[in-house]
Amino acid sequence: MPSAEEIRQRIEAALPGATADVEDWTGGGDHFRATIVAPQFAGLGRIAQHRLVYDVFGAEVGGPIHALSLKTSTP
Amino acid sequence: MSDQTDNPIREAITGAISEHPVILFMKGTPEAPACGFSARTVGALQALDAPFAAVDILPDPRIRQELSAVSQWPTIPQLFVNGELVGGADIVAEMYESGELAEVLGLEQPDARPNETPDVVPTNPPGMQIENKLG
Repeated sequence: MPSAEEIRQRIEAALPGATADVEDWTGGGDHFRATIVAPQFAGLGRIAQHRLVYDVFGAEVGGPIHALSLKTSTP
Repeated sequence: MSDQTDNPIREAITGAISEHPVILFMKGTPEAPACGFSARTVGALQALDAPFAAVDILPDPRIRQELSAVSQWPTIPQLFVNGELVGGADIVAEMYESGELAEVLGLEQPDARPNETPDVVPTNPPGMQIENKLG
């Protein structure tokens, strides 16, 4: 089961230059909320921005990571 | 996405998306959402008095599997408008708050809209059940 810190590190590693703020929403290790500021989001619509983040976790989102709530923006 | 194999669930999903201008795939029904994210999304649509079709993905795990394969989106709910994925719970909530949701739906944003996405479920649009189309 991933921790909020692990999710933060994986997002920041996959999107160089990004800053992620991740919290375990319920304390249960499966509902997370992330606020992410990433240069990679520039010029993308919200769907594409969220897909970039979901792609970091593949099938884990919807699986062991039951929910990953996202708020995305550019620097 | 283009493999038209003998996949009745996928065909029912793509058929429903193209038939209904506004369609929400959710956990549970608009009257009885089975997840807070689905409830929030239903609440945003109902606050705008938006007519929408709803599909409960829970009765058969293959519905969710095929839906995510079609939409390339991993989580539920998923809102489609005119055949396009608009977003999941976060995006729909952001768009509701900014007024973009009303715009996308071609509706008037009510003047007295609350600042927060409502989670109340005031009306009952008809549910639609993909699994009933498979029989």
